[in-house]
Amino acid sequence: MTVQTQVSEQKIVIKRQSPLLETWQNLRRSWSGMFGLGLITLHFLIALLSPVIVPHDPLEMDSKNRSAPPSAEHWFGTDKLGRDVFSRSMVGGRVSIMVTVFGISLAMFWGGLTGILLGFLGGWVDEIVMRVVDALLAIPWLLVLLIIVSAFGTDAWIQTLTFGFTYGYTAIRVARAATLDHVTDDYVLSARARGERRRTIVLKELLPNVLDILLVDGAMNWSWMLLGFSSLSFLGFGVPPPTPDWGFMIAINREILATQPWSVFGPALMLSTLIVGINLFADALAKALGLDRSQGAPV
Amino acid sequence: MSNLVEIKDLSIGYHNKSGKLIYVLKNISLQIKPGETVGLVGESGSGKSTLGQAMMGYLRLGSKVIGGKVTFAGNDMFALTPRQLEKIRGNKIALIPQNAGKSLTPTIRVGRQIIESILLNTSMEKSAAKSRMIELLGQVRLPHPEVIAERYPHELSGGQQQRVAVAMAIAGEPAMLVLDEPTTGLDVTTQAHILKLLREIVTKLGTAMMYISHDMGVIARVSDRVALMYAGEIVEDATAVEMFKSPAHPYARGLLQSIPRLSLAGIPKSMPGQPPIPGSLPGCSFAPRCPFVTEVCHTTPPDFVPIQNQARLVRCHHWEKVVAADFTQELKSVFHVFEHKTQDRPAIELKDVEISYHKPGLLEKLRNTPQPPATVSDVTLSVRGGETLALVGESGSGKSTIVRTISGLLPAKSGSIKFLYSDLKVAVDERPLDLCRQVQLIFQNPDASLNPRHTVAEILDQPLKLYFPQLNRDERRARQIEILERVRLDGRYRLRYPGQLSGGEKQRVAIARAFVAMPEVVLCDEVTSALDVSVQAAVLDLLADLQREHKTTYIFIAHDLAVVRAIADRVAVLYQGRLCEVGTVDEIFSPPYHPYTETLLGAVLVPDPESEPKLLASDTPELAPPAQGCAFQRRCPKFMRGVCDIETPPWRSLEDAEDHKIRCHIALDELSAKQSKIIVAD
Repeated sequence: MTVQTQVSEQKIVIKRQSPLLETWQNLRRSWSGMFGLGLITLHFLIALLSPVIVPHDPLEMDSKNRSAPPSAEHWFGTDKLGRDVFSRSMVGGRVSIMVTVFGISLAMFWGGLTGILLGFLGGWVDEIVMRVVDALLAIPWLLVLLIIVSAFGTDAWIQTLTFGFTYGYTAIRVARAATLDHVTDDYVLSARARGERRRTIVLKELLPNVLDILLVDGAMNWSWMLLGFSSLSFLGFGVPPPTPDWGFMIAINREILATQPWSVFGPALMLSTLIVGINLFADALAKALGLDRSQGAPV
Repeated sequence: MSNLVEIKDLSIGYHNKSGKLIYVLKNISLQIKPGETVGLVGESGSGKSTLGQAMMGYLRLGSKVIGGKVTFAGNDMFALTPRQLEKIRGNKIALIPQNAGKSLTPTIRVGRQIIESILLNTSMEKSAAKSRMIELLGQVRLPHPEVIAERYPHELSGGQQQRVAVAMAIAGEPAMLVLDEPTTGLDVTTQAHILKLLREIVTKLGTAMMYISHDMGVIARVSDRVALMYAGEIVEDATAVEMFKSPAHPYARGLLQSIPRLSLAGIPKSMPGQPPIPGSLPGCSFAPRCPFVTEVCHTTPPDFVPIQNQARLVRCHHWEKVVAADFTQELKSVFHVFEHKTQDRPAIELKDVEISYHKPGLLEKLRNTPQPPATVSDVTLSVRGGETLALVGESGSGKSTIVRTISGLLPAKSGSIKFLYSDLKVAVDERPLDLCRQVQLIFQNPDASLNPRHTVAEILDQPLKLYFPQLNRDERRARQIEILERVRLDGRYRLRYPGQLSGGEKQRVAIARAFVAMPEVVLCDEVTSALDVSVQAAVLDLLADLQREHKTTYIFIAHDLAVVRAIADRVAVLYQGRLCEVGTVDEIFSPPYHPYTETLLGAVLVPDPESEPKLLASDTPELAPPAQGCAFQRRCPKFMRGVCDIETPPWRSLEDAEDHKIRCHIALDELSAKQSKIIVAD
């Protein structure tokens, strides 16, 4: 006997919505996240447009107006060489933003992929690489940066590669830990049982599930990298003078901090607003992606 | 007698993102008398857990009481202060959760946890509490209470953990127990033992129970009265016998008809459609799926009215018509058998397969330490082409291990596995792609086996790209739509993510992914156990239909024997990775039985309040198979010292049925003389 099978489960219309769009809608509800995103955008615009819109040439020395307090002409005053601090603050982020944006992308790219691959492979390869990473992490990061930069010079590309490398191995840890959560899932097992190649499993099955954690981690690390770059400049290994840079500006003016605080105020304000913006945005992004700390998810 | 619990017109809901009120429970009215057991049954999302929690005065974060109230022993549960609630909860009303393993604190010995609960809920002195704790552990039938009390939760098995949770709940001798699916996830034998224990305890202590479950068999076993929930409403409230023998609500009828039964061969009828969001329809919530539907159902919501006698309540406009149709007769007619031809040649042959998770370390190799017995050992099976072989057994019986070895995910230690002319003993990485294509695997939980970040199109595209690289995009798209229509979804589903599909739809996509590869053999690992009953039948239907069309061979893992009865041609019963009995479905389900098969069949809970399970063997779990002798020796009710624990039992078969093999020391005629037919077909 055969029986006609029943047509089952009537269709209900569901609004098609990609996860990306959903994240954006969640993000838009967060006041602090949008404020952070606004700060980041503002900084990008300033960095992009500053050569055109600065009120003074940041390199021009006004010998009559040395170490002048803030005035209508020089909003943030001038430094001891008579250069306009406001203009220098606006231009001072160009190199650091460029270096760190490329640096963090590089770090997340190689660190993320290596981490996912290690988490997927496991075994002795994982064991050996992770011990090397642990050893690298044990060395103070500034020291590693200083060694590489002093050996290879302070060219912007060298700095980008250096930051990309040193921040990459922290990304390995994060990506590997996130992957371990998914590698035992049935869809990975199912892909293996189908006979899929490792590359496909890493890129198509695991990466999309780890990407959100990597994004948030990348945003967090970006702000650390900015601080790192400024520290490097502060120590004199960053942007070569006379090009203005926030960290270097703070460094050379720190002796006169007590008498002329305005000379440090400009770069400090710019640096901190950018970092605050990144942190607010990263926090909101984590929540929008459902990686809230309160839910015990790794952020 | 006055009611212990009185729920009146209770509605609970929450406001969604756009500020709209979404109901979870709507106009619930329910009374529970002291000492009465009420079974609360419904499919996932019907609001049964919310109702259970509301009875204890809990609300989930964000939800609130829209109307009505819950009165427990004269207290309005939602009007009490937290301090007053503390005094009632645990003391007068206690909860036994689904997963006892998660609800016990992992770092404290179970004895101390029970003492804590005693001190909190009774006025007992600290010195007396310890002996009371031992008494409680004895009361829940744990062997050697003094030893168990010193253990940490992870050192106990799932069944033992659940018993500890029961001991904690009854420590304060509460008037009421709320049990939220306490046996879901336990083995059938363990489940039957726990249910028996619960019944005994409540009868002795006079405790009322609210038993929440999705499993009709369990509900039939424990309940005096059953409340059936659908889309946040109680649609029928009747005694267990009334509910299971002549249901008066069309939903109750449909649900009971969709359960596979041991006594009836074939696949039951599935219910079309899915439940709506509570309170979203102007009329009856069940109207879109109801066979009795008329004009009035779509416009006017039915009242919850008493019928026949005053104690039975039904929410339906047409209950008279529903009751008039004879349910038992109708039940028999809805089961249908799919005829399909099996080929004579074997498709898959396993010979003396041994699988072990144990990897000897260097030191062990040098010392030559004897290895522990293998997880799966001495398995010889052959599956004919186009046939369905079911692997049956409790958790830890090696069913999944065998299937994973066939799919190449686990290595076999020795023996041979052959598929037609190819060797299946090689790992999946080393198999030719075409062999991978021919053997596909479907998993238990579609939530886990479908990548949540892929659309249905991407999910189906993966096997297509892998196995048929010559196809271009349009051809692949055409194949996707074709297979989606084959599994009774349509092309529009291509663009959805798994999160936007219901459980049954997800499993269909998983089935489609396996069949788009055009396999010869499909390995099904508990494919229906994560699904609601009304959907389960439809998925079984689909599998049988696809098998008939493609002549596919299935190896089907299931712990639910009724599902096995519905779909399998032949059955292999496994215990601790050793075969106990092999035969056709009819042979397995009638005597002579292997003692283990008899135990399993006896413990099955059928959706009939008048039948009682036969508990033959203990439910003591075993962590490793015995080193020698019969695998089932430690639990076997027919154990013979000096024989069963020394010699591996021989395969025996009856003269007229060569294929029905039982591995036991006892002769078959002797076995069948002592056994009665457990499953009585009506």
